Amino acid sequence: MKVDRRDFLKISGAMVAGMAVGTLGFDLKPVQSHAQMLKTRYAKETTTICCYCGVGCGALVHTSKKGDGRIINIEGDPDHVINRGALCSKGAGLKGLAENTNRLLTPMYRAPFSDKWEEVSWDWAIDRIAQRVKKTRDATFIKTNATGQLVNRTEAIASVGSAAFDNEECWIYQALMRALGLVYIEHQARLCHSSTVPALAETYGRGAMTNHFIDMKNSDCILVMGSNAAETHPISFKWVTEAQRNGATLVSVDPRFTRTSSKADIYAPVRSGSDIAFLGGMIHYILQNSLFQTEYVLHYTNAAFILNPEYKFEKGLFAGFDPKTRSYDKSKWAFQLDADGKPKRDMSLKDPLCVFNQLKKHYSRYDLKTVSSVTGTSEADLLAVYKAFAATGKPDKAGTILYAMGWTQHTVGVQIIRTMAIIQLLLGNVGIAGGGVNALRGESNVQGSTDHGLLFHIWPGYVGVPTAKFQKLEDVLKRRPQSKDPLSLNWWQNEPKYIVSYLKAMFGETATAENEFGYPWMPKLDDGKSYSWLDLFDQMYQRTIKGLFAWGMNPACSGANANKVRKALCNLDWMVNVNLFDNETGSFWKGPGMKPTNIGTEVFMLPACVSVEKEGSITNSGRWMQWRYAGPKPLGNSRPDGDIILELGLKLKEIYQKDGGVFLDPIVNLKWDYRTGHQFDSHKVAKIINGTFTRDIKIGDTEYKAGKQVPTFALLQADGSTACGCWIYSGSYTDAGNMSARRKTDDAANQIGLYPEFAWAWPVNRRILYNRASVDLKGQPSCAKRWVIKWENGKWVGDVPDGPAPPLADADGKPNPNGKHPFIMTLHGFGQLFGPGLNDGPFPEHYEAMECPIEKNPLSDQLHSPTMPIYSTDADRFAATCDPKYPYVCSTYRVSEHWQTGLMTRPQPWLLELQPQVFVEMSEELAALKHIQNGERVIVSTARGSMEATAIVTKRFKPMKIAGTLVYPIGLPYNFGWRWPASGTEESANVLTPFAGDSNTRIPETKTFMANVSKK
Amino acid sequence: MDKAFLIDTTLCTACRGCQVACKQWHDLPAEITKNRGTYENPADLSFNTYKLVRMRETVVDNRLYWLFFPEQCRHCISPPCQDTAGEPGAIYTDPATGAVLYSAETRFLKADDIIASCPYHIPRKSEDGTLAKCDMCNDRVHNGLLPACVQSCPTGAMTFGDRDKVRKLADQRIAEVRKKFPKAVLVDPDDVRVIYLTPFDPKLSFEHAVADSGPIDLTRHLALRKMTRPFTSVIEGILNS
Repeated sequence: MKVDRRDFLKISGAMVAGMAVGTLGFDLKPVQSHAQMLKTRYAKETTTICCYCGVGCGALVHTSKKGDGRIINIEGDPDHVINRGALCSKGAGLKGLAENTNRLLTPMYRAPFSDKWEEVSWDWAIDRIAQRVKKTRDATFIKTNATGQLVNRTEAIASVGSAAFDNEECWIYQALMRALGLVYIEHQARLCHSSTVPALAETYGRGAMTNHFIDMKNSDCILVMGSNAAETHPISFKWVTEAQRNGATLVSVDPRFTRTSSKADIYAPVRSGSDIAFLGGMIHYILQNSLFQTEYVLHYTNAAFILNPEYKFEKGLFAGFDPKTRSYDKSKWAFQLDADGKPKRDMSLKDPLCVFNQLKKHYSRYDLKTVSSVTGTSEADLLAVYKAFAATGKPDKAGTILYAMGWTQHTVGVQIIRTMAIIQLLLGNVGIAGGGVNALRGESNVQGSTDHGLLFHIWPGYVGVPTAKFQKLEDVLKRRPQSKDPLSLNWWQNEPKYIVSYLKAMFGETATAENEFGYPWMPKLDDGKSYSWLDLFDQMYQRTIKGLFAWGMNPACSGANANKVRKALCNLDWMVNVNLFDNETGSFWKGPGMKPTNIGTEVFMLPACVSVEKEGSITNSGRWMQWRYAGPKPLGNSRPDGDIILELGLKLKEIYQKDGGVFLDPIVNLKWDYRTGHQFDSHKVAKIINGTFTRDIKIGDTEYKAGKQVPTFALLQADGSTACGCWIYSGSYTDAGNMSARRKTDDAANQIGLYPEFAWAWPVNRRILYNRASVDLKGQPSCAKRWVIKWENGKWVGDVPDGPAPPLADADGKPNPNGKHPFIMTLHGFGQLFGPGLNDGPFPEHYEAMECPIEKNPLSDQLHSPTMPIYSTDADRFAATCDPKYPYVCSTYRVSEHWQTGLMTRPQPWLLELQPQVFVEMSEELAALKHIQNGERVIVSTARGSMEATAIVTKRFKPMKIAGTLVYPIGLPYNFGWRWPASGTEESANVLTPFAGDSNTRIPETKTFMANVSKK
Repeated sequence: MDKAFLIDTTLCTACRGCQVACKQWHDLPAEITKNRGTYENPADLSFNTYKLVRMRETVVDNRLYWLFFPEQCRHCISPPCQDTAGEPGAIYTDPATGAVLYSAETRFLKADDIIASCPYHIPRKSEDGTLAKCDMCNDRVHNGLLPACVQSCPTGAMTFGDRDKVRKLADQRIAEVRKKFPKAVLVDPDDVRVIYLTPFDPKLSFEHAVADSGPIDLTRHLALRKMTRPFTSVIEGILNS
């Protein structure tokens, strides 16, 4: 008897319908057994924040109260306002990170030239590491530099790490490293968003994501470009989807059709490395069609400022270029000042030298035809994107941008972001709900680790690390320029308070006015010298660096030109590698092509515990500081990073005190009382990060007692009466309690999803930066239905206003002399269309990547960025322009299922099941050309290295017409490495990428380079 | 109250949170996989994989689409597998939720018959012949929690609730989606408790998205059993037609 399945279903349905109630016909007993108890019913429940990307999703951890005390379940926290219970594949598998048989559970030691690991005790490891640090430091300490300036530093020890720390761990780690005199202090942030910080700071005043995740729902047009948010920040799509369901247009611009593109209303392909041309074309389109917001542009940006007549742009170069030094004399880019020293403004915008007209002139070359030939995007697609986004240049419309590494990791990374930042100013999209520039940070605490200064160039709170020219404390306290405009708040004029309070936090009572609060103890950089990631590994390759801390990082896979990095590791005397799992960095000496018996590096591999096994805070991409609690105890012999850092500091203090050594002051005076009992106490550090009064003082009419918490940074002092680890976190842990642990789910009066009492956001719990630009001169919102702040009855209501001053005008429109310009962190108080402070130009200009597929730049005579740094060891090999050996434009990226180098996800079976192998994606056209079958293993190669990958032949990549020739894009994820999976066959795509960096931040250019792909 | 899912595939981003959340809650082991020239993995449902996001690249009207389909048991209103088994200790429906549940006793059934009976190609057997598939997280549902997959979903592609409400929601949603995708369909909405919404012909999203209309062998034994039930005339009527 034949019947088809579909009919069978219908038959069964008919039967049941006809059977009616009560004739189910079988015993109901088995059903009863399903009214069962949940496995989590008797477990301890704690909340945590996911440890992967920067969205900051909440999760519930259920830990057994009996037996082994381990985790039974981790699932999304339905009461968390960002994710509302949702989690991506990585978050949903968090239990698989903690309860994982691959974890490192005991300290390991690899002796020089040995071919094996040995298990060692914590005491032995910490003691021996401290001895190694002391020996190297003392032998290499530099009291004075070549010009005789006091610098008190060592250049022979370097540190990379870590955005995987909690905030409190970040802070004590930077304190220890700086007390030791390190200047090579770097971490993930250099590689991910180092270009964001100067780009946004130059344009708006601060370097952070302006809005936050929930706020995306308020947008009318969401442009995702230089990001694949649906895959890399999956839960951001909760709010992107909500915006779409409210009628927003989602635009995806990407060389490859991604999971983000799959949900987009408009998708436009773009050649990797041509983003400035694409966005410059949008500026041209906006100006040509007068789609900007006139009032906003006139009053809140520097459009009306008048440039110095020496300013010019010719043949791809700005005024002031010196080809010998490959640098600009930026004095040529200055604004004209009036007799009072204020910038001259032409409110009629008629002066040809005003910023607005120069902007127009600069981008007049970026017409559709030229832009299309540079980007490979069709003119129709360009127009569709421009039209959709420029439509938000109206007071009642909001457009936002989500971007990430697709923009940051270029030799012109800073300027790509600047281009979009300019567009957002023109359209009046900065400071408003559903607007802003959303720099999506890819690590759960990379915002916090940047805030806490784990970079060579910044102390906590974005206070620039002093260079040698600031020999005295008084020199550095005077370094910030003062504005002559009474309407400019110029917040950075408060920097002296933050510097002195930081030094007080570092050295406690030993920091006094007499000893310049310990300022001479802090290491100084040489003026004009870079100590960034690329320089660090370049120096290591050249054998000047002897010791390395690789803490919560995996540079053997994450660094550009990984083969160079791996060779550099062979030149070290010692390395301390701290991680959850054995990784390609710690075990570099037995990696591909390595001969252990030739490698003298002594390696200590220390097991850190997982985030759910310790307590502390992390800061998400939207600047929300959130507290996490400990579920189970650390597994095996693993320890919280905080305990490892503290123990190491205590041991160093002990041996320096006992045995003496070079320049003891910063080490013995370092304040280091962050234990309760024998354990690291994150609350104690969180309190000093917030700031504490060190003595009784009276500010205004209010008295503050010694030992009390500082309520906000407005009360910090430059006289030593306050100690504060990171001024922007002032207000996070006050006498009212730990603000980051708050969980209230009530929205603010404006009902735009600010949730002001859920967690805490820096600065001063402000959820939308620059919100003073969301109102008109009278303080009334430009968009009434999703207002952020408004001036009502003599005060601001809504979000915490960006600066407390009243509006610029009163209700009658009369100027208020107490008002302030809205961009309080810039010198003059304006959003900067013209940015005179960057190294590679005041306006963004398209230059080709270090390796590129065209011989001539269609936009100017200058092919590459004229100011980009050049590295030239024998390992720094580059493809020639249009090199036939490497004909395809290659990008690296991430998959949703693995995180960063994959070190935390590749050892997890559930995630490896989803993405088991490195792959290379290519168009059907290229595959046909190369006779490559979908799913076969192929070889990808560049001038630096080659690797095997599985071919994914897809419709999602298409060949592009660039300047008349057909260019084939390819791409591969960098989430793999030889250590995991155990097969050892999957490599990091960074063996292919070039050691080329941005002119401002030296972020490596890993998003565009030239490669070949061929059959195995 | 009888429960149901609405899975609006037009909102799915294939983040695969659901796929891992399912394994996490059920403590299911990972499978050893390899890249087969696609992101989709494992290659198929199995005794240890109840939920699998299918991914299909397709061009419709000159436009590229990447369609995602989080595949799982449909918890049929009248489950053929249950009928085929005829063993309430092995396969049964929880009247409280509508979950179609498999017990360890499925190992005594003819596994291949059960598998063949499924119009959606869902059940999978272990080496000893025990059958497994999605259990609607019945333990969670009885305790007032959402199924693990639904809770993990960021975009609202999956919703879960009382069947009558979900059925109405499905109608509202399809009306909304048809503004963007005029050919969108609800798949077998009145036969199943897991109602899929696809933007085009469901088969473009996944081969087994819609109830299979391929021929199966309705064995003599099975036919006989059906005859003994009420309304055999209805069956006969259809079979003879």
